[in-house]
Amino acid sequence: MPLGYNFSFMPARVSLFVTCLVDQFFPRVGLAMAEVLERLGYRVEFPEAQTCCGQPAFNTGYREEARCVARHFLSVFADADYIVAPSGSCTSMIACHYEELFRRDPAALSEVRRLKPRLWEFSQFLLQVAGVEDVGARLPAVVTYHDSCHALRELGIREGPRRLLARVRELQLREMPAGAECCGFGGTFSVKFPEISASMVRAKIEAIRQTGADYVVSVDVSCLMQIQGALNRAGLPVGTLHLAEVLARQ
Amino acid sequence: MIAREHILHKVRTALGHSAGRAAAPPPPARLRIPAWEFGERWKRFAAALEKLGGKAVLAAGAAAARQYVATLTGGRPAVASAAPALAAWGITSLPGVRSEFRDDAELRSACASADFGITTAEYALADTGSLALWASPEQTRLISVLPPVHVALVPASGLITGLDELLTLVPRPLENSSALVLVTGPSRTADIEQILVRGVHGPGEIHVIVVEEREERS
Amino acid sequence: MTNQPLVRIRETLGDARLQEAIYAATGRLIEHRRQVVAPEALPDYQELREQARRIKEHTLENLDAYLEQFEAEVRARGGEVVWARDGAEVADFLVELGRRSGARLIVKSKSMTAEEIGLRERLEAQHFEVVETDLGEYIIQLAHERPYHIVAPALHKTRYEVGEIFSQKLGVPRENEPERQTRIARAVLRQKFLAADIGITGANFLVADCGAVVLVENEGNARLTTSAPRIHVAVAGIEKLVPRAQDLAVFLKLLGRSATGQPLTVYTSILSGPRRAGERDGPEQFYVVLLDNGRTRVLAERDKRETLYCIRCGACANHCPVYRRIGGHNYPWVYSGPIGQIASPQFQGLTQDPWLPFASSLCGACAEVCPVKIEIPRLLLELRAEVVKARTRERQNRWERAAFRLWAWVMTRPRVYEALSLAAGLLASEEAGPNWLRRLPALLNAGPLRAWLDYRDLPLPGRSFRQLWRRRTAKVRE
Repeated sequence: MPLGYNFSFMPARVSLFVTCLVDQFFPRVGLAMAEVLERLGYRVEFPEAQTCCGQPAFNTGYREEARCVARHFLSVFADADYIVAPSGSCTSMIACHYEELFRRDPAALSEVRRLKPRLWEFSQFLLQVAGVEDVGARLPAVVTYHDSCHALRELGIREGPRRLLARVRELQLREMPAGAECCGFGGTFSVKFPEISASMVRAKIEAIRQTGADYVVSVDVSCLMQIQGALNRAGLPVGTLHLAEVLARQ
Repeated sequence: MIAREHILHKVRTALGHSAGRAAAPPPPARLRIPAWEFGERWKRFAAALEKLGGKAVLAAGAAAARQYVATLTGGRPAVASAAPALAAWGITSLPGVRSEFRDDAELRSACASADFGITTAEYALADTGSLALWASPEQTRLISVLPPVHVALVPASGLITGLDELLTLVPRPLENSSALVLVTGPSRTADIEQILVRGVHGPGEIHVIVVEEREERS
Repeated sequence: MTNQPLVRIRETLGDARLQEAIYAATGRLIEHRRQVVAPEALPDYQELREQARRIKEHTLENLDAYLEQFEAEVRARGGEVVWARDGAEVADFLVELGRRSGARLIVKSKSMTAEEIGLRERLEAQHFEVVETDLGEYIIQLAHERPYHIVAPALHKTRYEVGEIFSQKLGVPRENEPERQTRIARAVLRQKFLAADIGITGANFLVADCGAVVLVENEGNARLTTSAPRIHVAVAGIEKLVPRAQDLAVFLKLLGRSATGQPLTVYTSILSGPRRAGERDGPEQFYVVLLDNGRTRVLAERDKRETLYCIRCGACANHCPVYRRIGGHNYPWVYSGPIGQIASPQFQGLTQDPWLPFASSLCGACAEVCPVKIEIPRLLLELRAEVVKARTRERQNRWERAAFRLWAWVMTRPRVYEALSLAAGLLASEEAGPNWLRRLPALLNAGPLRAWLDYRDLPLPGRSFRQLWRRRTAKVRE
């Protein structure tokens, strides 16, 4: 019996929250995620009214604006069974910061608490809900995994993606030195302090270079965008892939 | 007085307290004492101290301790504290060792010029290689900090597991003394390019002799 | 946002030697800490952090009672407690004490609290000779600078610079070996210790149940400062209290490990009162100055109170990727690194340096290593919101605010959002490649966006996910 089926033999329903960044700039990541989930037997839906989780405004100090967008998110996903997102950062915004954002709004707060147990970052969903490590992927390449800060420190995602990568056929995983160091993206941080951000990513790509990897893999496209920009400027022939893209390869 | 009342008032306002309110009971203290036999305590103490560049010696009795100190000092000027154990173990009668002084000024200048400062320590802490030294009429503060070499003798019964045991045995450490100092290895700095240099202000060398009490102490 | 700090940050980023020095030095501190908090070395590390946080929380919630208990215990041991609302009151007390006791020479051990109120400068202005005795602080004093790091004040200086400073200021032959440089400082400072009238220290902890000042150090200068002069004055913030001596078992284990990777620092002095009857050295007078200087204001802010839990280990700075690039001198106040980013706005005022809480990627490395578990990223976010509010009141952020309002308006209207994304897709033609954004009208391409694009590319917005998804769903249906 495929994993996505429950005892009533109805495929379980997964609502994608692809995030605004993936929607606008990295649609292939969203498609890859859908593909992997469908392969596991889930009925995948895309609630079209979704936009953004509100993180850009929240992180810049515009809480009222963040609340507006967060309320929109809550209403779009109110009836979802599972919400799966290809981002540690956006997942943690909802799972870890919505309560802070709505601490003086009991109605919204109870909405958040109702939604939280149904919300999953992609790799967590695969391991903890679907219960799979091997999704049948194949990628003949050397890869290194970049821990995105919010996935690592707010959601505690460390071993999960590595376990999933370890099961990808012909894939060789190499750890980079100081792997838990931030790539320097930080959303509006990289806009307000571009030089500091650039200096941070330079250390990151030096660490990547030392691994000799063909690809850097992460669970956040924002980090990957930052890293790819620096790789391009350094002229390093290393690509970036979201974990979902790796797991979708066959 | 104005500042005192002002600050306490601001603290109480910040906390929403009225004056004279007693503190709520604090969370229970957290003290964990491992069950290490003497052999284990000694092994750990020696390893910890030597890792820091100190020297740990286990002396089988006073004679062995005295012999170690005599060889180390070689008759050079040393100031010993007036702790009774040092006299009982014959340390104060070694050549070059002074432990009696006319007045405080003479004691201070002797400490500043001696090559060795010799003290006892009430306790030694096995897990960190530390000594616990209380200031007392017999044992002044400067003996263990001014000379370039500190020699400390500790009765084997004073070798305890660590800080948690120390604070369990002595929960209020300043009842009879103005100062307790924990000494963990030689004085050191890494303030210039993080390069380790020993003996910046305090002793650059430390010898701790744990004395197994085979003889009767006076 | 004023540009001055950014200009200086750019200078630091451009100084290759300094970049290497900061990164390597903090890297070593990270590694030293890692070894001693690893589960093999300290299995109960996380429990110790929990307990430390609980105790700090409890102490601050009962601070009035503990302050009074501390005062009574110090008095019972023959010492005096002096209360000071700000730096001026601390200096007034010391000047008066110095004059009364005929003091001229003051030795000082490292104290961030004294640094915070510019104590040395205040006393120098009143014609006292004040000598820093921590080697790093001494170098910094001779160089007329400000500490670079909470625990490693001269972290940015090379041995050659130290050699230069010593030969110029002390008139000794130039010496470039740290070992020999240390000997020089030892000899000079030894004379100061023995001649000094007053020793000033800070306090790492104040212990309520035994009226004690606790000092941790590695060099021995704090021991000499508190033992050789006839007067000892400890200057401490009111937040430094812990209830019991037994609580030190928790804090001392965490402080040394977090700061420098030492299970215990070389010297831990636990002091209370002047020398007792019969003791032949130690101070004849013992004072503890309890300083407010803004702490009661922070205490009143319940959700940010934990800023006062800080035990000044510096681990947050060592692990901060921003500190590791911009170093200690680009922070506007004495407390650098992430803790400085949350403390400075609260002590100095939000709009003094409005950029400060924003200079973080919110990576969370600071909170992960904080021995008392201060949620620094949460506080940074809180302060960002407060800065925005303050700037909105002052009408300083009209463009940014308008942009976010517009953004929120769009993000709550999926149809508008999609229409805009289609428009962007049309603007970006295929041949523009990764530089497509640079071809946008100049207005959109100025300032921050421009700088951002100097370092990274935004991919070409071709078809959005939702367009591709619809097409895919349609195909499946066919």
